[in-house]
Amino acid sequence: MNEQDREKLGAVISGSLEKGVDVKLDSSVSVEDMAVGRYVTIEGQKRRFFGMITDVSLEVTDQRLTLAPPDVSDPFIAEVLAGTGTYGMLHVTPMLTISSEAVGPQPVKTVASHFSTVNQASESDIELVFGKEDEKRFWIGNPLDMETKICLDLPEMVKRSNGIFGKSGTGKTFLTRILLVGMLQKSAAVNLIFDMHSEYGWAGTSEGRHNVKALKQLFPSKVAVFTLDEETSRRRGVKTDFVVKIGYDEIKPEDIVLLRQTLNLTELAVEAAYQMRNHFGKNWLQSVTDLKGSEESKALMDELHIHESTFLNLQRGLDTIRRLPFIEPHVPSNAVQSALEYLGNGRNVVLEFGKYTDITAYILVANLLTRRIYASYRDKMEKAMNEEAEKPTPLVITIEEAHKFLNPEVASQTIFGTIAREMRKYNVTLLVIDQRPSGIDAEVMSQMGTKITCLLDNERDIDSVLAGVSGKSALRSVLSRLESRQQALIFGHAVPMPVVIQTREYGSLESYKSFGFFEEGTESEEQVLKDIEDLWE
Amino acid sequence: MTELSDRVGEVIEAGTTGFTAQCYELYHSPPLGSLVKTGDTYGIVHNATTSSLDPSRRPIARGRDEADEEAIYKASPQLAKLLRSEFSALVVGHRQDDKIHQYLPPEPARIHGFVYQCSPEEMKEFSQSLDFINLLVNAHLPVSADELVAAALRQMSQAHDDRHAFLVSAGKELAILLSGQFHQLKAILGRIRD
Repeated sequence: MNEQDREKLGAVISGSLEKGVDVKLDSSVSVEDMAVGRYVTIEGQKRRFFGMITDVSLEVTDQRLTLAPPDVSDPFIAEVLAGTGTYGMLHVTPMLTISSEAVGPQPVKTVASHFSTVNQASESDIELVFGKEDEKRFWIGNPLDMETKICLDLPEMVKRSNGIFGKSGTGKTFLTRILLVGMLQKSAAVNLIFDMHSEYGWAGTSEGRHNVKALKQLFPSKVAVFTLDEETSRRRGVKTDFVVKIGYDEIKPEDIVLLRQTLNLTELAVEAAYQMRNHFGKNWLQSVTDLKGSEESKALMDELHIHESTFLNLQRGLDTIRRLPFIEPHVPSNAVQSALEYLGNGRNVVLEFGKYTDITAYILVANLLTRRIYASYRDKMEKAMNEEAEKPTPLVITIEEAHKFLNPEVASQTIFGTIAREMRKYNVTLLVIDQRPSGIDAEVMSQMGTKITCLLDNERDIDSVLAGVSGKSALRSVLSRLESRQQALIFGHAVPMPVVIQTREYGSLESYKSFGFFEEGTESEEQVLKDIEDLWE
Repeated sequence: MTELSDRVGEVIEAGTTGFTAQCYELYHSPPLGSLVKTGDTYGIVHNATTSSLDPSRRPIARGRDEADEEAIYKASPQLAKLLRSEFSALVVGHRQDDKIHQYLPPEPARIHGFVYQCSPEEMKEFSQSLDFINLLVNAHLPVSADELVAAALRQMSQAHDDRHAFLVSAGKELAILLSGQFHQLKAILGRIRD
């Protein structure tokens, strides 16, 4: 490699593997040009190290200098003291090593020797670590201030549950959309997306600017849009494939457990739901809500040992569910069956919620569908294991507001908790999107393979995202200093070392081209082009 | 080759760390801090004196009736022969096998060795390395090290096309040598800034 295209920053002067190494900056390098999150290489005697800048500090050799600062108006004195009496220090956390013996980057087990040269990582260094864009690797963004592409190994990534976190308005949705496009292009998995704000299926909006295209427009043949709210979807001009209605008999007490907090139910009321189900059978929901103050109900209470207030509590909650317009007594078409068919054919399903953006509807539907889809996957997978039949296509389920499904109180009982924990066995994994990661059960968080996080500034959220990561304190300073838009920290299974990225452009004509939508020569090419032009008019 | 006109004097006392030379012309001692050489030995002028040839006979005041100072010398031409100027130099390096080493030579200078003032080219060559500053800073001399270092750097900087760059790099060398003595550093830097 050409030595000249590397910029020398300084030399290692102290440090430890645990805490990272300290690098004294050369006098020709200004501390103001440094940035946390940037990559450096350390040229040890026997191996090269890759590291990330995690802190920048100012030092003086003589404390008296700080007590009687020299005349800074004199450029000569300032120039002499720069790098000698006063100097900049970088704190670098080593992440990977490359030695001649081992192939590819290895985790660090030691530090570079004293006074090893530290260079700014070059484009080719980054490429060496993160790999090039290819059939499996998907370009998600660029490192800070660099042109190199950071690529994720998507087939590997979807083998585990993953999370996207960040404060509201930091670009989670954009990032998710980019990632979903990548999954559709490069991973062998199919996606089921519970699209609470109708952003992923059809044109979504970028913050305050123009409409951006979403999955159905970009992959018309690979994506099916399901909707709960046909009217809104039609008004937005979405070509829907299926209108989801849910029958009373499809709702089970397990669904009520998740809704306990949103419906303001007591523990006993949830317990009562199970009893009711045992008593009435499949149509329990209708039967319970129809029982109104009659003699019959009193007798039932006594028989099942349910207190009246508990019963009323349950009844009120179930009434809320019944009032949801997409819940009907009898439903001819089976949404679960239909979704499974699409997924089985390798088509991705986006479920739009339309105007039903309240959390009750979201939790109820997501839980209900997922539970049954998961059950079907488990059957298929078990069959495949026994009879060597074909395994079902890996499925990735995307959920928003994940802390409502995965909070410590319900995570052990809901299907999402089960998927997050048992993940790979049945080829179903989660893509969790959330703005309050501290609300998610620690066990679930610990099982996530790759975490992508935009800016977070709440201490508890940061702690929860970084739990169990080596070099946590260093990453913490990087994380809390991300820019509020289009920057994210990625770490975990799919990347060899934590990386801060500037997410790639999405939503402009150029960006669609960069995703390669016009190279495949699909039938829809003309239509896509036209759509894009429409957007720009 | 060094020209005759650069010849400023002759060694009359020599030691491992320094030598003293007598000037051929009264008052024609090289300036403080300038680089001189005798044989292969380089030195930096740190002290200059003018005194009577015979230490037991001190000069007496003669100018009461004269109009100006020059008139005194004109009236008593023997004065130029009865007084002498001397200068002392600190050894800061030597040339061996056509290479300049900035440390003490194995042998001291020879008595009656001719002393030359170095040309700008030679000063430039000598100041490629700044190790001599260490010898200056640590020498125990009647003149203060701060003054000597500053004078030497001012002299040498004149031989460089980019004076500023030379002074900055010398300043950085000093800042490292005097890392614990900020006030001394500040004093020297104050004397060499251009």
